[in-house]
Amino acid sequence: MSIFVDGNSRVVVQGITGRDGSFHTRQMMAYGTRVVAGVTPGKGGRDFEGPDGGAVPVFDTVADAVAETGADCSVVYVPPAFAASAIMEAADAGVHFIVCVTEGIPVLDMTRAHALARDRGSRVLGPNCPGIICPGRTTMGIIPGRMVTPGPVGLISRSGTLTYEAVHHLTRDGLGQTTCVGIGGDPLIGTSFVDCLTAFAGDPDTEAVVLIGEIGGTAEQEAAEWVSAHLDIPVVGFIAGRTAPPGTRMGHAGAIISGSSGTAAEKTQAFEENGIQVARRPVEISALVGEALGR
Amino acid sequence: MNLHEYQAKELFRAAGMAVNPGEVARDPGTVRALAKAYGGSAVVKAQVHSGGRGKAGGVKLARTPAEAHEHARAILGMTISGLVVQEVLVSPVESIASEAYVGVLVDREGQCPVFMVSAEGGVDIEEVAAINPGAIHRLRVDPRYGLLPHQAYGLATRLYSDPGLARQGARIISRLYGVFVENGASMAEINPLISTTEGQVKAIDAKVSIDDNELFRRPAVAALRDPASESPADAQAREAGLSFVKLDGNVGCCVNGAGLAMATMDLVKYYGGEPANFLDIGGSSNPDKVVSALEIITSDPGVKVILFNIFGGITRCDDVANGILEAVRGIGIEVPLVIRLTGTNEELAREILAGAGLAAAASMDEVVQRAVQLAG
Repeated sequence: MSIFVDGNSRVVVQGITGRDGSFHTRQMMAYGTRVVAGVTPGKGGRDFEGPDGGAVPVFDTVADAVAETGADCSVVYVPPAFAASAIMEAADAGVHFIVCVTEGIPVLDMTRAHALARDRGSRVLGPNCPGIICPGRTTMGIIPGRMVTPGPVGLISRSGTLTYEAVHHLTRDGLGQTTCVGIGGDPLIGTSFVDCLTAFAGDPDTEAVVLIGEIGGTAEQEAAEWVSAHLDIPVVGFIAGRTAPPGTRMGHAGAIISGSSGTAAEKTQAFEENGIQVARRPVEISALVGEALGR
Repeated sequence: MNLHEYQAKELFRAAGMAVNPGEVARDPGTVRALAKAYGGSAVVKAQVHSGGRGKAGGVKLARTPAEAHEHARAILGMTISGLVVQEVLVSPVESIASEAYVGVLVDREGQCPVFMVSAEGGVDIEEVAAINPGAIHRLRVDPRYGLLPHQAYGLATRLYSDPGLARQGARIISRLYGVFVENGASMAEINPLISTTEGQVKAIDAKVSIDDNELFRRPAVAALRDPASESPADAQAREAGLSFVKLDGNVGCCVNGAGLAMATMDLVKYYGGEPANFLDIGGSSNPDKVVSALEIITSDPGVKVILFNIFGGITRCDDVANGILEAVRGIGIEVPLVIRLTGTNEELAREILAGAGLAAAASMDEVVQRAVQLAG
């Protein structure tokens, strides 16, 4: 099984005619994602040409797209100035799962977007995230499909390329995945480690979980406590940023050590105290998962 | 982006907040004249983007214009947290009856702005939080309604029992929220907010940080950037759209993705080396970015080897390879390059590099170990 989404999910792409949106829509369709609609204001009524000649209708608004096609998930590839508004539009149209890939959205915009999405009962993944992929079923976002393979491991990460690094080793070592979720590198994200862990706990096919965290905030510490209290499958962790100086933002808007809080040491300790095996190098992640699963 | 105290105070004044007067000066003579104009005594404060200015000797009280001149001579040109003081803010001395703390920032957990106020101001608020957490009062703000009048008043009553002072405090708190939102701030702080012996409440310090993601739509705020507060490498990185942080080691790192870039630095350290920098070329695969990245890394004379770690997803390895070649030809790189390219168009990238006599490895551990060796 997969979490949050599956092969039946019907996807509307916001920003489908843009440079990134069109490229990744074709990638998603080639992987098998059911892209049923696109939205670009002012371009409604056209068709978007997918791979193999498949056409996707483009609408002016998400509400129109949902009414016409029954889309229930959205992927947002909209520039930072308009991305929070795109998320709110999707939530208002009743889309229940919204993946926002966009990086660089003003944080105060996101305070309003998250508040509205919560009120409407929509789950936001991201922003500033690579998306979600359920190997062999569907992908929403930008995670390259060829890196993953179906199997028993659930993966949750705040990073994009570090996720690829970990998945690459897992796949090479024959440890496939139920779902890989990139929750995003921003300080305010809609789906937390704990949300993903809760979903994986309800998935009988997920036999082990990989948590890839980084400096900044306390999400890893909360995840560690949740694992200890609720999860009885093995969890392997990795924390990026052991060498990061305090008070400096490390690329991701959310990756900053504030005062003495949010350090890699603190997060590693929280993992270890709660029974999560911590990999010191990315390559060890797969080895630890293999050991935990007896392979 | 951090603002200077005097810039933050200008934003406060423009919003109608009570702020103590002050003038910026760049030489001791001007400071002396200002002190004279203020009646002889004055406070002289270094204008640098750093906390702990007082502890570093960057804030001084002068009782006479001559003393103000002396303090200015000492402070101007001093280095605080690696930044040279080029400007001071000169203000009249206030008769302080009480010192409070008021701050608003974005709460990651609540996903909303949160106010923090304390009647124990004028000291490091993190220390208050550690020693006497009960002295700090918090209020989360629903961003859709903003800070409501009763909430601002409620916060002010935590600071002042006198109704007149509380009303003035509420006005300042409410306008501080306006400054925070209208300038796209990630943090706005007054420490201390004073009440004077004459019964006036006013800000005598101001600290504002702007969310970098807001700058594209706020040209007036973006114009407040102080070029002197930024190294040439930082400025070049910002203009090229690269995330860059200078560190003290000798292994220059060029990576795509912030998480992988941090993990690469960590691995350098794991194998006994020291990273010279954090550098994320981002998700796009523009060869120009690679050239800029190499210019920035090679401008650091401490760099003994340059380590590329690229995991191509959206980033195409062939684009990165072309960027490397362009840079090698264009700017001349005198230190060894150690390259790892995996993912999208990896084979093509290897061919491109091989044509120029450069090899690329596929494993991160392998290249990091090699880079650490070459760095000695």
